[in-house]
Amino acid sequence: MKEESLLAFRDVSFSYDGEEGQRIPVLKSVDLTIEKGSFVSVLGHNGSGKSTLAKLMNALLLPEKGTIIVSGFDTKNEEMLWEIRRHVGMVFQNPDNQIVGATVEDDVAFGLENMGVDPGEMRKRIDEALHSVGMEKYLMAQPHRLSGGQKQRVAIAGIMAMRPSLIILDEATAMLDPQGRQEVMDLARRLNREEGITIINITHFPEEAVFSDHVTVMNAGEVLLEGSPHDVFSQVERLQSVGLDVPFAVRVRHALAAKGIELPFVLHQEELVEHVCRLLLTK
Amino acid sequence: MLQNIAIGQYVPGQSFLHRADPRSKLLFIILFATLVFLANNAITYAVLIAFTLITALLSRLSLSYILKSLKPVWILILFTVVLHIFITKGGTVYYQWGSFTIEEEGVRQAIFISLRLGLLILISSFLTLTTSPIDLTEGLERLLGPFGRVGVPVHEIALMMSIALRFIPTLMEETDKIIKAQTARGANFSSGSLLRRAKNLIPIAIPLFISAFRRAEELALAMEARGYRGGVGRTRLNKLAFSWRDSCVAVAGVVLLFVIGWWRS
Repeated sequence: MKEESLLAFRDVSFSYDGEEGQRIPVLKSVDLTIEKGSFVSVLGHNGSGKSTLAKLMNALLLPEKGTIIVSGFDTKNEEMLWEIRRHVGMVFQNPDNQIVGATVEDDVAFGLENMGVDPGEMRKRIDEALHSVGMEKYLMAQPHRLSGGQKQRVAIAGIMAMRPSLIILDEATAMLDPQGRQEVMDLARRLNREEGITIINITHFPEEAVFSDHVTVMNAGEVLLEGSPHDVFSQVERLQSVGLDVPFAVRVRHALAAKGIELPFVLHQEELVEHVCRLLLTK
Repeated sequence: MLQNIAIGQYVPGQSFLHRADPRSKLLFIILFATLVFLANNAITYAVLIAFTLITALLSRLSLSYILKSLKPVWILILFTVVLHIFITKGGTVYYQWGSFTIEEEGVRQAIFISLRLGLLILISSFLTLTTSPIDLTEGLERLLGPFGRVGVPVHEIALMMSIALRFIPTLMEETDKIIKAQTARGANFSSGSLLRRAKNLIPIAIPLFISAFRRAEELALAMEARGYRGGVGRTRLNKLAFSWRDSCVAVAGVVLLFVIGWWRS
């Protein structure tokens, strides 16, 4: 194992009990390494095992076969369970169902209270965490008065207060409107860049993956593709064959290539626009 | 439709009463309730009434809010008054009509008992009117803290209460959505016999229950992910703090105790 890897899956398998008592495999010998300080996207459609992957990362589930090492601890080691959960924060899909406190302040305090943090220290950390997500004005607000994006930011603040090394966004943007999705993604990128927090974004929106350092594509419980966004999204046919979409710019470039118009590889819409304009001007 | 329902009766404000610690308010109410039952003559009742009026002024609430709290019990008060006037006997006879009499003791009891009920309701409604449900839960948890040592699940009860409070608005919104969805499918909630209408509530209740259970499951998972493992080794964000206001409440309590103790017959 490399020195800087924060999280490692070694030959991990997992299955659920089906309705008729049979085992339904969800993950089939998955190997995965997450580097410290990186921004990783895990893409896959429903049932690809990507949510199970997330729950295995902070010991909400334990692997059936294989081992998972988080900052040097095996998730099967029960004594380290709370330490692992402190290190690995998780933001869930439904913003309403993960806020425990009746006010923003109470909710951010929840994780700290569980850790047994001293009340004076707690106050300081709450202010810091809310500041880092830009929600300091909402200290006393009631959660149901906030927008979806704001609720997810509060959920992130609750995790930031625990000083984690890794935040998993488990489809955290799936239920948000475009503006909320933007808010949460911007925040995740900023925390990654400025605070050095490792981010794992589990999503089915390919657009969210273009900014990451590393993309892992899951399909039917296996890692289908892995690499930089460039490497992964250049395999358009492979992705589309398993029913996954690619970012808009990649799709357009691919369609143009099919018509005989070759463009250099692009990931972002702005790049695409630039290349198309250049092409039109030089013709 | 259900958007504007306030939780409990809480009226936000910054008065003396609003800013006093919920714990001292709770303790004071217990003392006051005891004193109301100890009062047994005109002077002691007058003292208690005067005190309640002062409290009303300190709360800076409008009279209509305060009187609204008496609304659910005024029938009960009226009923007790009537019963006492006609049934309790003793002392001078004020009015006689055959075997039917109204006597001194009856009138006396009627006045005292209705005052007792009224004062109890008023003073406890000052608590709910000036304390947010969150603070109230917090205050209760702190006050009941010592009982945790003899096996009372104080932390769990407080957590349940605060989660319930947290989810009331969420479930209200949900109910609203379900009602709209069922109305769009042709359900009718506003006409037909009472039985018919009660039956029509089933298509609202069942989806609501299912989603509440799903929410509960997800919430439990989210709590676990944030390291929740029960009340052991847990600290609390310290939000309640006694101030000079609470000293005033304590002094008022002691003074009231002595005054009532001295003047009761």
